[in-house]
Amino acid sequence: MAEVRNAPGTQPLTPGKAGLGVTQRQDPWWAEWLGTVVGLGILGVYAFVAAEMGKGQWGPYLSPFYSPEFLQLPKLFHVATLPAGIPIALIPLVVILGFRGTCYYYRKAYYRAFFADPAGCAVGEARTDYAGETRWPWLIQNAHRYFMYLATIALIFLWFDTVVAFFPGVGGHSEFGSVNFGLGSFVMLLNVILLSGYTFGCHSLRHLIGGKNDCMSCEPSRLAGWKAASKFNAKHMQWAWASLFWVCATDLYIRLGGLGYLQHVEKWGGWH
Amino acid sequence: MATVDYETHEHDVLVIGSGGAGLRAAIEASASGLSVGLVCKSLLGKAHTVMAEGGVAAAMGTCDQDDSWQTHFYDTMNGGKMMNSWRMAQLHAQQAADRVRELQEWGALFDRTPSGDFLQRDFGGHQFRRLCHVGDRTGLEMIRTLQDKGVHLGIEVYMECAITRLLKDGDQIAGAFGYFRPDGRFIVFRAKAIILACGGIGRSYKVTSNSWECTGDGHALAYEAGAELLDMEFVQFHPTGMVWPPGVEGLLVTEAVRGEGGKLTNNKGERIMSKYDPDRMELSTRDVVARAIYTEVKEGRGTPHGGCYLDVSYKNPATVIRKLPSMYHQFKELANVDITKQAMEVGPTTHYVMGGVRVNPDTQQSRVPGLFAAGECAGGMHGGNRLGGNSLSDLLVFGRLAGIGAVDFVKGLKKQPSLDQAQVDDAVVEMTAPFEREGAETAYDVHADLQVSMQHNVGIFRTEADLAVGIENIGKLNERAKKVVAKGGRAFNPGWHLTRELKNMLIVSESIALSAQQRKESRASHSRLDYTEFDPEWAKVNSVVHKGPDGKMVIEAVAKDPMPEELTKILAEQKELQPQRELNKKERLAKAAKE
Amino acid sequence: MPEVNFKVFRGNSEGGEEVDYKVEVTEGMVVLDAMFQIQQTKAPDLAIRWNCKAAKCGSCSAEINGKPSLMCKTRLDTLDPSKPVTVRPMRAFPIIKDLVTDVSFNYRVNKTIPPFKPKPGTDWKMLQEDVDRAQEFRKCIECFLCQDTCHVLRDHAKHEQFGGPRWLIRAASLEMHPLDVEDRIPMIREKLGIGFCNITKCCTEVCPEEIHITDNAIIPLKERVVDRYYDPIGKLIRIFTGNK
Repeated sequence: MAEVRNAPGTQPLTPGKAGLGVTQRQDPWWAEWLGTVVGLGILGVYAFVAAEMGKGQWGPYLSPFYSPEFLQLPKLFHVATLPAGIPIALIPLVVILGFRGTCYYYRKAYYRAFFADPAGCAVGEARTDYAGETRWPWLIQNAHRYFMYLATIALIFLWFDTVVAFFPGVGGHSEFGSVNFGLGSFVMLLNVILLSGYTFGCHSLRHLIGGKNDCMSCEPSRLAGWKAASKFNAKHMQWAWASLFWVCATDLYIRLGGLGYLQHVEKWGGWH
Repeated sequence: MATVDYETHEHDVLVIGSGGAGLRAAIEASASGLSVGLVCKSLLGKAHTVMAEGGVAAAMGTCDQDDSWQTHFYDTMNGGKMMNSWRMAQLHAQQAADRVRELQEWGALFDRTPSGDFLQRDFGGHQFRRLCHVGDRTGLEMIRTLQDKGVHLGIEVYMECAITRLLKDGDQIAGAFGYFRPDGRFIVFRAKAIILACGGIGRSYKVTSNSWECTGDGHALAYEAGAELLDMEFVQFHPTGMVWPPGVEGLLVTEAVRGEGGKLTNNKGERIMSKYDPDRMELSTRDVVARAIYTEVKEGRGTPHGGCYLDVSYKNPATVIRKLPSMYHQFKELANVDITKQAMEVGPTTHYVMGGVRVNPDTQQSRVPGLFAAGECAGGMHGGNRLGGNSLSDLLVFGRLAGIGAVDFVKGLKKQPSLDQAQVDDAVVEMTAPFEREGAETAYDVHADLQVSMQHNVGIFRTEADLAVGIENIGKLNERAKKVVAKGGRAFNPGWHLTRELKNMLIVSESIALSAQQRKESRASHSRLDYTEFDPEWAKVNSVVHKGPDGKMVIEAVAKDPMPEELTKILAEQKELQPQRELNKKERLAKAAKE
Repeated sequence: MPEVNFKVFRGNSEGGEEVDYKVEVTEGMVVLDAMFQIQQTKAPDLAIRWNCKAAKCGSCSAEINGKPSLMCKTRLDTLDPSKPVTVRPMRAFPIIKDLVTDVSFNYRVNKTIPPFKPKPGTDWKMLQEDVDRAQEFRKCIECFLCQDTCHVLRDHAKHEQFGGPRWLIRAASLEMHPLDVEDRIPMIREKLGIGFCNITKCCTEVCPEEIHITDNAIIPLKERVVDRYYDPIGKLIRIFTGNK
């Protein structure tokens, strides 16, 4: 078709490249973009740094980035890598990053924030070689359910760590008393609740638990599971942000405590 | 002027109109192996059928086991005040259930009962729960199902194509002439049979629930081609249209609101229907409720914007949103009214024409050989007043019958009709003329004046004097319409399109006014302030108009076909059962309203 | 009543420009009313596509202040009256004239989706919870705003490889039909190109019917594609248990 003439400063009238950020939108569409960039940036960097900084532990509290504790066992034998050469401290990070990185919500968030693909709806893009998720490395997104399985296992350990925080004896930490209703215990409890809410709302889980059925009423228990997962799924974004923020906050709390900055708080009801 | 190019296409059967009736007819014709063309004035799937909300009436008895085609037949005849073609009402009642099941087999997903069957709802004039529905978007479900069925059958679809003339070979239909709206290019169809399924006429009135497309094209094309129009005085004013804001005045508020327990009150808080129909209250027939609201407003008991209140806010908000989702959004977004908290303001709106092309009830063929009509543009099925839910079933039943009728006609055809070039040339001149005229008369102005005149003079209540003024106005407007000019080019030019649609609306308006003037009684939707009673003499005749040899419209009163004994017997039996059934319905509704 | 300045695109495939029109605003007015006023008083040949004027037919799609919207549903009192309101045609489709675009692409894609194929010998009993999911998708009014806003079509012009959100929800409504036995997963992957969707959710944001296009249709379909093509363990389990 004929070349389209455009008034200055307007978008082309045909489908195709418009140019990065070119839009007629007058509302502050970039606010959401900026919020995602800043939020994901700060929390992402923190998580990465925290995971590499060394074990966060404070009394009966174990940082979620270092769970489960037995991953630390090789360290006791002065081994920092598994035989295959994988740094042990990376395992929890790979699970977290893998699960969140292939998460259908986070995909939206970072494709928009860091790839501007698109930065906002009806906002122009720069790239011309778009292939979506049809090519490597993006085909890895299809492995989301496997990361979900791993994350579910990790979640069981996190629940166990939380129980240990409340009842240190369960985890062989009776030096911190038999019962410990410290602030840290509740920080960790909120953490696992948020992580559970995030995991139960996982799109893959929702599919596997019952969404894959066409006849929903044929398997009532799976229908019930699907309905429950759907409830969490409807607020998946909120769970994603809240749990990401709180997992970092939990680590920070335990880390600061371990470094001796927070002792007085735990004196209120803790193990001291 | 230079010769104008046009393209030619050939089909065995050409269906004009792609709403429910057109699609159903095209599917039937196509399934028989004939070549079928389907002409849409808009894009496919946008026809006015999508606006149908409440449901499709079919006596399946999934909710009320006592329901039967006989009761549906009785309700339809009763609602139409016996003006219906009894044969059409009979066929409709007998076949509607099968047609709805067929939709399900083509993929439609209707709302379900707890046992997994069709869920049916109560509606005005139906004694049983009879309307299969999908929330309040039943029409959309129907048109989407038919559309996808049709597309995969290989029907050739001509989108955004308007037909301006039917072409004939002697008496017989030979094809059609039209233009494509996007680029204004002309098109000639050769066809052995044509099915008109062009829908309604609402745009002749100022306050209407109809879209721009409802300009009576099917009525006018048939009339011009020599067919007769039946009972055009019967125009349904739907009782509940939005009255505010001005931009959406007339927009439909589905009867399902009343079906779900909506209460109509005036500005004094009185339930108005307790005065006009205490037995059936809000679910009385549409003509009765429309007149009730109109009267309340006229006597000073209306709302600030000139309507009555329709209230479902006493019900559980979640139920309201689930049962009436599109009404909830419509009011929230267009009028800033939350219907779960506030009452709606509603008033009558021109909604449907019961009159239409006079057809053979079994084949849907008009008196022009090869010309068929189905759906709203065909007459007879609904008599003096249509029951809610009966139009969607009408589309299915008679769309199919028209398809079968056309196929049979084509198969029995001995001589291939030939095109007459002079008719095509004439049609071209008619369409190019508005560009060549000079002057200041625009189609928009003439149309606006027509709408005002029809609203005032041929509206919900009629008198001899008003009708005379209305008819005189149409005469004047006809003269003005001959002088309208179009500006710009032929590509997507709504101003130009309106110059042609204006002619259709004027023909339809004249037929309504003349028929209304002839019928000197009040019956069903036709209310005369100077003849307020039923007249048994007028019960015996239909109004029929056709184009006279001099080009003037001729009106006649034609005696109705007598009803066979087996049907009169059914009516008598059903009548005896009615009082108890009405009581049951009242109880059922009272119970539902408490939910 | 106050006046609002409208900048309406006038032109065709050869080109065009935004033309200023002053419109008198009345209470409760929507953008489509403003277009009618322009048509009736200033530009009788202004091309707009509309039908029901009640957000039920999905004809009057356009871009209002850069946002893909239905003109009949955009009230002027939601816009800033001190600034001009721009109204332009959808960008993901070739323009015909003024605000009207050629959306025939959509009808071509629809034709490629295999129709409903019922389970043989079914008794047609379906419970409400079985039809709920597909009913949500069947609310679609085919306004094509999701297609317009989808960057795969809009910015990358992948019309040949990607069907767009509208046709993914159409495919989902068939795939999730409790009695449908047709297998559309291969065509959803290859012809409709579901992998091109990077679930950035703009389709969901603009949908006037508030269909959860991404969460309820596209992602579940992506998961079904994973079942078929990217889940070796799941496949093994299915082979051993004999489940489909």
